[in-house]
Amino acid sequence: MFVATELNQQDRKVQGLCGILFMLMTGLLILPVLLILGTLIYKGGSVISAEFLFSEPTNGMTAGGIFPALYGTIWLVGVALLISVPLGVAAAVYLSEYAGDNWFTRAINLAIINLAGVPSIVHALFGVGAFVLFFGFGTSILAASLTLAIMTLPVVIVATRESLQAVPHAFREACWNMGATRWQTIRRVVLPNAVSGILTGVILEVSRTTGETAPIMFTGAAFFLPFLPESVFDQTMALSLHLYVVATQVPGVPEELPYGVALVLIAIVLLMNSLSIAFRMWLRGRKKW
Amino acid sequence: MAENPIVAAVERPQAVAPQEADFDNRNSDWFIDKAVQILVFLGGISAIVFIIGIFVFITKEGAGFLFADLDIVEFFTSPRWRPTSEHNPTYGILALVVGTASVTGLAMVVAIPFSLGAAIYIAEFATGKTREFLKVLVELLAAIPSVVWGFIGLTIMNPLIIQVFDVPVGLNVLNAGVILGLMAAPIMTSIAEDALNAVPDRYREAAEAMGATRWQVTIRAVLPAAKNGLLGAVLLGVGRGFGETMAVLMATGHSINLPSSVFDSVRALTATIAAELGETAVGSNHYMALFTIGIFLFVITFIINLTADLIVRGVRKG
Amino acid sequence: MVEGSEKVVTAAQNIHTLRPDARVKLEIADLAISYGAQTILSDVNFSIYEHEIFGIIGPANAGKTSFIKAVNRMDMFTSSMHVDGQILFNGRDNKSLRNVYALRNRIGVVFPLPVGLPLSVYDNVALAPRLSGIKSKEKLDVIVERCLTRAALWDEVKDRLDSLGSLLSGGQQQRLTIARALSQDPELLMLDEFSIAVDPVTTMRIEDVLKELKKEVTIILVTNLVQQARRLADRTAFFLEGKCVEVGITEELFTGTVKDQRTRDYVEGRFG
Repeated sequence: MFVATELNQQDRKVQGLCGILFMLMTGLLILPVLLILGTLIYKGGSVISAEFLFSEPTNGMTAGGIFPALYGTIWLVGVALLISVPLGVAAAVYLSEYAGDNWFTRAINLAIINLAGVPSIVHALFGVGAFVLFFGFGTSILAASLTLAIMTLPVVIVATRESLQAVPHAFREACWNMGATRWQTIRRVVLPNAVSGILTGVILEVSRTTGETAPIMFTGAAFFLPFLPESVFDQTMALSLHLYVVATQVPGVPEELPYGVALVLIAIVLLMNSLSIAFRMWLRGRKKW
Repeated sequence: MAENPIVAAVERPQAVAPQEADFDNRNSDWFIDKAVQILVFLGGISAIVFIIGIFVFITKEGAGFLFADLDIVEFFTSPRWRPTSEHNPTYGILALVVGTASVTGLAMVVAIPFSLGAAIYIAEFATGKTREFLKVLVELLAAIPSVVWGFIGLTIMNPLIIQVFDVPVGLNVLNAGVILGLMAAPIMTSIAEDALNAVPDRYREAAEAMGATRWQVTIRAVLPAAKNGLLGAVLLGVGRGFGETMAVLMATGHSINLPSSVFDSVRALTATIAAELGETAVGSNHYMALFTIGIFLFVITFIINLTADLIVRGVRKG
Repeated sequence: MVEGSEKVVTAAQNIHTLRPDARVKLEIADLAISYGAQTILSDVNFSIYEHEIFGIIGPANAGKTSFIKAVNRMDMFTSSMHVDGQILFNGRDNKSLRNVYALRNRIGVVFPLPVGLPLSVYDNVALAPRLSGIKSKEKLDVIVERCLTRAALWDEVKDRLDSLGSLLSGGQQQRLTIARALSQDPELLMLDEFSIAVDPVTTMRIEDVLKELKKEVTIILVTNLVQQARRLADRTAFFLEGKCVEVGITEELFTGTVKDQRTRDYVEGRFG
């Protein structure tokens, strides 16, 4: 073993080279994206102003602001959360607290993986077939939000299940031994200690839902509307679709306008994501048992 | 009580005065517990219900075409997608399939080496703060919405390609492939890194004990142990590329073509639905044909996800 | 009901030589516990009487912990665990109850490893009373103080009842667990090797508490410390390799005649 010093030195050289090579690859993966983000900020930054955020588009969407799209996105995301959070938390509670290790649980897990993996445009087709036509909601916030909610359901389920399973099993047994029902145990001990983790997942879902475009194109989001939505049965504009529209569908848009829209969209998405990550790190650093 | 303890024992002395009424009394807590159990079960099966629902509803919408006018041979072998032709509409998706496949293929050529390299670097070489920072960065990159990527393809990549390669059109396989590769890479990196982290440290320790360097440990011990997880990561990347809609709609050029080079414009399956669904009348053959494409996409991605899941689960069992 | 099995008669005779008026609290008849195809405890027949400390000794894997689980119907939460035979609590078969939570509410359990719930110390002890519907702050205050005092923990935590129970020291958490079990106002208290995670001084304090508690509740003390059983238990059962080998007055297991030589070998430390 000790004779092979020279070889070891060579090994060390290879080792160093490999480290550098992989670091370069990581860099090459990240660098273009950072450049692109820089370009967005550089070109779109000049457009951003309070007026841009809070006024309506004018001149056939070639000027003015993005307020109706921003407002509509809040509607869409809000309604989608109202649907997917209770449903997702219930599903996660079932999987973490009730389900046994059997084929049925595996089938549910497979369904969750597939819900996340089905192309967004297929979710859109489902939304059209089920909510717009079959249930008769028409193209509306309700139909679009339902489609979004189902599409992003796995985000809530996975985050919630992880935070539930992070609560040690011994706590549950201690409660059961005292005569607590499963639900009393979940409500008094498990959920209170998982709620911050669930919140992390919810924030992540806000980020995902905000950026989705294809699922809302035919279910409730409109290219342009002269009025703001007043109920879930109205159509609405949405920020993500608005970016598509001003970038591809409207002639004569000044170059920097779509950059501004893209910048606002990506700012919201990354802000929400960073918030979720920061929150998760804060939770990890906090010792509760 | 009996006076003679032995007699008392044989006669089984009366147990403690029973206040057992509540042993049989199902109070509100009992019923609430049952009700919650049913409610969360409904939540649990919702995912299955939705997956079946998706399949049922898109099949229902496409049925009138799928089971009547669809010429299955033409559908898969003809490159002519002319659903709006008044006299002789044709429904061939070959060009769309090739479009999707070429873009996804190029995306994987871009994404696989970089995401695996990045995953190895983050999992095996980087330490402490660097590692945490890179992981966060990769997670943030994965969050960029596809419509933004499409916009980047349209406004940044397009002129770049025209300038660098001196071609007339910059919206083509190359553009969409690179965009899609950059999109899929962070996700593949995350999953591949999970797979590497799942390799128990004793593998590394065993190799290190034999005097192997970090690089040799990675090659000889970690990668073979994680190969299923890595394969799963690649498959999920393929699935993601296959199903991506907005980015390919905006960056491919969206013209029906059997491409002969990466500089040709193509059209993807997903993008076709996104671009045309709004123009069709509900119940028309064109409308139903788009749903038929949807069924095809659903089945393909279902198979990809199922395979990836089986492969990854194989790792955990082994 | 149990057919007049030899062992039960012997056991009963023994307790009544100590306390002629003792009544049966828990009766075990032909108990067998299995996990899947593997039987880990069988042929258990004995009765446990009110106000006695009943020791269960035996080496690891003798089935002691599973016994406690079966009494408390915790098999409900382990799908592979199967319980045969009868466990009569106050004369009622614990499998025939329509509301099993009421049973568990009357039985306090303390585990080998302390479990301080991630709630405040106060809420840890107030949890069980709250579950059974007590809302009044004054009542809860009284219960919390009484239970913590009896578990020999009050003096150490009375100034920080708001701190997390799960962050107390191991010994404190074990006493908190005992206080929580007491807060149920149980008729039966089962302790499973409670001294594993506790220092000797605390162990002695808890043992003193148990001697006091005997006046009010029935106690099952599962222990791997033979001398602890000798110090505390009125009667003791010896479990070995999934069988109940012997039940008798504790002192007799150590000094008197035993039916099975292995019992004597074990209590004298020749194996274990």
